[in-house]
Amino acid sequence: MINLNVNQKTYQIDADLNMPLLWAIRDIIGLTGTKYGCGVAQCGACVVHLNGEAVRSCVTKLSRAAGQKIVTIEGLSENNNHPAQLAWNEENVPQCGYCHSGQIMSAAVLLRENPNPSDADIDSAMAGNICRCGTYLRIRKAIHLAAELQRKEAAGK
Amino acid sequence: MSTSNISRRHFLRAAGLTGTALFVGLYFPSNGEEAKLATASAAETSDIELNAWVHIDTNGKVTIFSHRAEMGQGAFQSVPQIVAEELEVNLKDITIRFAQGDREKYGNQVTGGSSTIRGSYKNLLKLGASAREMLIMAAATKWQVSVADCYAESGHVIHRPSGKKFHYGELVEAASKLEAPKDIVLKKRSDYKLIGKPLSRQDSPLKTNGTAVFGLDKKLPGMLYAVVERNPRLRGKLVSFDASAALKVAGVKKVFKVQTGVFQTFRDGVAVVADSTWAAIQGRKALKIEWDDSGFEHMSTAEIYRRQNDLLKNQEGLSAKKQGDPDEILALAAQKLDVVYETPYQSHSAMEPLNCVAHYQEDKIEIWGPIQAPEWVQDYICGQFKLPKEKVVVNMTFLGGGFGRKAFMDYPHEACLISKEINAPVQVVWTREDDMTQGPYRAGISYRCQGALTNGQLSALKFKMAGQNIGHWMGAPKDQPNRSTTEGFLAPYYESIKNVSFSDIPFEIPIPNVWWRSVYASTNGFAYESLINEMAHLAKKDPLEFRRDYLKDERSRKLIDKMEELSGWKEKKNGEGFGLAITECFATTVGQVVKVSRKADGKIKIDKVWAVVDCGWYVNPDIIHAQVEGSVLMAYAAATIHQITFKDGLVEQKNFYNYLMPRISDMPKVEVHVMENDENAGGVGEPGLPPFTPALTEAIFDLTGKRIRKLPFDMDNV
Repeated sequence: MINLNVNQKTYQIDADLNMPLLWAIRDIIGLTGTKYGCGVAQCGACVVHLNGEAVRSCVTKLSRAAGQKIVTIEGLSENNNHPAQLAWNEENVPQCGYCHSGQIMSAAVLLRENPNPSDADIDSAMAGNICRCGTYLRIRKAIHLAAELQRKEAAGK
Repeated sequence: MSTSNISRRHFLRAAGLTGTALFVGLYFPSNGEEAKLATASAAETSDIELNAWVHIDTNGKVTIFSHRAEMGQGAFQSVPQIVAEELEVNLKDITIRFAQGDREKYGNQVTGGSSTIRGSYKNLLKLGASAREMLIMAAATKWQVSVADCYAESGHVIHRPSGKKFHYGELVEAASKLEAPKDIVLKKRSDYKLIGKPLSRQDSPLKTNGTAVFGLDKKLPGMLYAVVERNPRLRGKLVSFDASAALKVAGVKKVFKVQTGVFQTFRDGVAVVADSTWAAIQGRKALKIEWDDSGFEHMSTAEIYRRQNDLLKNQEGLSAKKQGDPDEILALAAQKLDVVYETPYQSHSAMEPLNCVAHYQEDKIEIWGPIQAPEWVQDYICGQFKLPKEKVVVNMTFLGGGFGRKAFMDYPHEACLISKEINAPVQVVWTREDDMTQGPYRAGISYRCQGALTNGQLSALKFKMAGQNIGHWMGAPKDQPNRSTTEGFLAPYYESIKNVSFSDIPFEIPIPNVWWRSVYASTNGFAYESLINEMAHLAKKDPLEFRRDYLKDERSRKLIDKMEELSGWKEKKNGEGFGLAITECFATTVGQVVKVSRKADGKIKIDKVWAVVDCGWYVNPDIIHAQVEGSVLMAYAAATIHQITFKDGLVEQKNFYNYLMPRISDMPKVEVHVMENDENAGGVGEPGLPPFTPALTEAIFDLTGKRIRKLPFDMDNV
């Protein structure tokens, strides 16, 4: 039995310590917002936060994740109101939508580390996330908007 | 009461739609006439099956059932936007839900051929308008006033002289007893409040907080997970397998042979069922399998193209389109070209790998999955399991991309076979490697293209294609051409060129292939628009000016004017390369201009892509922009990176590490312009793809003088 802390909730699960976090989150805990896309850390559809860092859950073993603080797209905000989520909706980013949990989780870390990212910063931080529908122009626009929303929020506090 | 009415009530109850409500729907008369409208109660008395329901409850909430899939193309936004316009409700009061697969009820449900809007918008407008008129009539009767003094707005009927109003919810009971009006006058485009506006997609919030349910996200109580080791040589057979080690893996429940349909043939595999996807994958790794690979051993990409090129040299093929006598003109012409263009095999590689949930129980099957063609799946499963339609229920989920691959029946069939074998609900999951190495693919096509100039004018064009024909896999006769290979062929110019021919040389190999976004328009467009560009240079004319002489109608001429204006075609500077192409498919014409230049390191970069879209009547310009942006990137990858290759009968690309996907920094700037007119609606999901590649290769020619005729080519080494 291991303890997994996902979105501030602790789950006791009985699984192989070599199982990637992705499958434990999806098949055992039942949170399906985190997606399987490639299984080999190429596409970023499975990005979650582990102690605040963006990791690819498809190659993160349970042995590494056990006892750590994990956040998935479902736990990123209370009401779909993280600045990245608000901006994604405002800019109509998703088409099929499958990759965007991972895109948003990557963007959230970028926005925390770099509140005013340039196009080049965005391209570099988002290079690990594939979108087959080709929403990249909108992702870039949404991250700029999210940065602006975040700054406004900070100024309001 | 008939069975169909019972099943309809079941359906509504299952959908949580009980109680008093106004239902209006469409039905397809058995004499083949166009769809007609009726209310639920009228349908019940005459035993009609209604589809495309608009359901309004006593709270005024509107529910629409989408008979087509949502794979990113925006049906979940466009369909409500159309209905809300004529129904006069706020978009936020409309919920859209997926209908189940049922050919009798919904007619064609295949989400392909860019058909969601163009196939149903007139009916959807009528549906909204009819429900609105019935609600107005009900209000006028209650008030004892003239219908002409009442109007509808924001979910209310208002009596103009007195200002009194009813909420739609207060009227549904009375309205549901009325007959659907016979003659409906639809709004003019100039009166639209919602249609034509770039309104935000209603499905975005679901796709930004993880709540959208894709096929892979479907869970059932007691559901197990399956992966399948399939013969890596696409359709080869299974000789034997040893499951002893696999069965020792923790969580693995059962291992058995599964034989899945691939068109008229079968694909052998060994299914591993476990209590998690991961356990099933581990069990699969422990399998020992002997395959029979006969028929595939020597298949290689080089061999495929060598044979296709031989066919182009030696055979005339089946004539699919012809006017005049291009052979005679070509024989006499002093100025002519005879060139070969080659396009590669392509994987669909939707971000959501193939998967499907099936529950087989006591001769009844229910399926949930990312499915583009639910009624085809229903037909196929009924046939395979010898079950009547009412025993096979096919539910659509959101699709994490489809691009044509998810209109195929193999993965639902596989899920059903496995569920039957284990007597439990199961989700079959294709790994990325399965998705990439098993096909079916877009076929790689070779074209021999000839053109003649007479007195500087385009006098003849002759095209021959050699490559696999999807129609043949679908059972079309092999001794006659089929329509699928000529979709939109040379459409903007066809009538203006006196001597044209297109023929299809049948080529058969055992690699299954299937539709890929824009289908043959993606390969044909590269061939014919590249040849037009080459002919323009042969005539020593500017490729844009050259085209003007052959564009057959005013819409096309307006389109090219807009391309010229937006792109600054005439203001080209030194060090810039400009290229253009115009193609038509699925009733929409798209022209693109691509501008390229060299980076500091000498490599070529795309500075900008301008896309002008004439799709006639349209709903949501922002969705059109998004579809074209995405089509450009998909075409760019297909032209410069992507190629499925075969060696010894095996697919060489396995995952995104050797079938590289463009990243955010690879995305070119795209500016989209949508032409305004009131012509019939054309498709949007696919027509933005075909013109990109010939426009790009022409731009590179303009900059470098190098003509690219074989795809993919390396942008870094031109």
